[in-house]
Amino acid sequence: MTNKTLVQISKDLAAGEYSSREITQDIIADIKARDSIYNSFISVSEHLALTQADAADARIAAGSAEILTGVPFAHKDLFCTQGHATTAASKMLENFVPPYESTVGQRLLSAGAVCVGKTNMDEFAMGSSNESSFFGAVKNPWDLNAVPGGSSGGSAAAVAAGLVPAATGTDTGGSIRQPSSFCNLTGIKPTYGRVSRFGIIAYASSLDQAGPMCQTAHDAAIMLNAMAGFDEQDSTSQQRETPDFTAELNLPLNGLKVGLPKEFFGPGLNPQVAECIMAAIKQIEALGAQIIDISLPNLELSIPAYYVIAPSEASSNLSRFDGVRYGYRCDQPTDLMDLYCRTRAEGFGTEVKRRIMVGTYALSEGYYDAYYVKAQRIRRLIKDDFTRALSQVDVIMGPVAPTPAFDLGSNTKDPVAMYLEDIYTLSANMAGIPAMSTPAGFVNGRPVGLHIMGNYFAEAKLLNIAHQYQQVTDWHLQTPTSSGMPVSNTEKGA
Amino acid sequence: MALENADIEKIAILARLQVTHSETNDYANSISSILSLMDQMQQVDTEGVEPLSNPHDATQRLRKDEVTCGNQREAFIAIAPATEDGLYLVPKVLD
Repeated sequence: MTNKTLVQISKDLAAGEYSSREITQDIIADIKARDSIYNSFISVSEHLALTQADAADARIAAGSAEILTGVPFAHKDLFCTQGHATTAASKMLENFVPPYESTVGQRLLSAGAVCVGKTNMDEFAMGSSNESSFFGAVKNPWDLNAVPGGSSGGSAAAVAAGLVPAATGTDTGGSIRQPSSFCNLTGIKPTYGRVSRFGIIAYASSLDQAGPMCQTAHDAAIMLNAMAGFDEQDSTSQQRETPDFTAELNLPLNGLKVGLPKEFFGPGLNPQVAECIMAAIKQIEALGAQIIDISLPNLELSIPAYYVIAPSEASSNLSRFDGVRYGYRCDQPTDLMDLYCRTRAEGFGTEVKRRIMVGTYALSEGYYDAYYVKAQRIRRLIKDDFTRALSQVDVIMGPVAPTPAFDLGSNTKDPVAMYLEDIYTLSANMAGIPAMSTPAGFVNGRPVGLHIMGNYFAEAKLLNIAHQYQQVTDWHLQTPTSSGMPVSNTEKGA
Repeated sequence: MALENADIEKIAILARLQVTHSETNDYANSISSILSLMDQMQQVDTEGVEPLSNPHDATQRLRKDEVTCGNQREAFIAIAPATEDGLYLVPKVLD
């Protein structure tokens, strides 16, 4: 079943090549057989999946199937799944079984999609390498010595390894795009407010967005069609029509104005990554686009401003974990303060605690204006840069990350070094614009993604560009090997 | 800006996190280096720039004050770590 696209599986199901139950069983067996290599899943929801698959088969038989009916996928373990453990990759929620389903999950279930399990991630989505998970690091299927990226690293590794055709992710500062880049996937972070945040465990609420991680732009458009839409239950959900994200896939790129911000090609960029990106941009130009040099002068400030705003919002969001209502609780608390302090000290990992403390400090009396408000002012400068640039050009392109996937363990000692890896992705979250990664080559066997950013609600345009690029390139079709197991790298890793 | 161990202890109390003595040192070092990264912001003149808290500059959408999701007591009590007679248990707060 490996490496079939959603579109292909949907066609096969409609043609009766196999049933949803059969492909779901095969996928679950494959995860059980091979995932010990990657550690991309935290849990498999076999019973629920088979119930959903049987319902999908009944819909297919009754002729009421939609395109995703019966198609298996995996959820990042940040999406609440009713009746199935949702951990956020934290000891704090190791045994948490949500009494409700996220809106995204509900929408996918209504479309008939089958959730086979929950993927590994950085704890509470805080990380860029998937090494902060309570359930252990995830390995990149392209090179078992490399990280898959983060925080949606399990989703990325699971799709790249051919274990599932698609997975959900969330992106607060690059957590869909960077692992998509590191694992050769097509991943899109929609406009802030396009996809409901209800039922997704919150990290930084003014930045969080959910989106799909797939093999192709066409698959991503199909997933986004199911995931997006206004939701009463998310107070920041945008009240506007959801277009058919597949409708513009086949439009030609003639006359498209592509901006290249000089700040995306500065000294920090790995020269081989730069080569891949420039080659991809040449191909986009050959498809009829016009390339224009632009500037986003405040890009560098996105790092300090993000690492104030995100931890501040996290410190507030994560105050709900108190050992009283759900989640982990320490043994034999002596008083209320001891209950809170020990529950949280024992339940959270190091990086989560560090970000809570940074945020607590930034919001504390005497520092609030100097840190949090200052960061919000800089956030507006970053948004204004994009508004100015996007009045000149239709989309902005560059690298997703300054390097290909780095080695496991190489950045874990120094949090600042890890934060600097996010230089090209943070600004889209700060501005709230949509942005995506599409496969654009390899450096020493490790994938490189092309970053495409656009104006508010221009997801269809981004997917159109990625789809057209995928019609003239085959990077997205490359897989670690036909079995999903990278032979040479397995030897190296063993 | 460098933080002392005493600063970390104060922040940890505000954040309701117990930290051990050796952790305090590590956090003082790593959080100090994060704060010096943040200090880049202070070089920028943001006089007159309105803070941005929502990317769309949207304000909170309010819903009608109606009951939309009935009593979920059973479901919520079922996932709590310590309960009695349908109530959450916490250590004694009043003597």
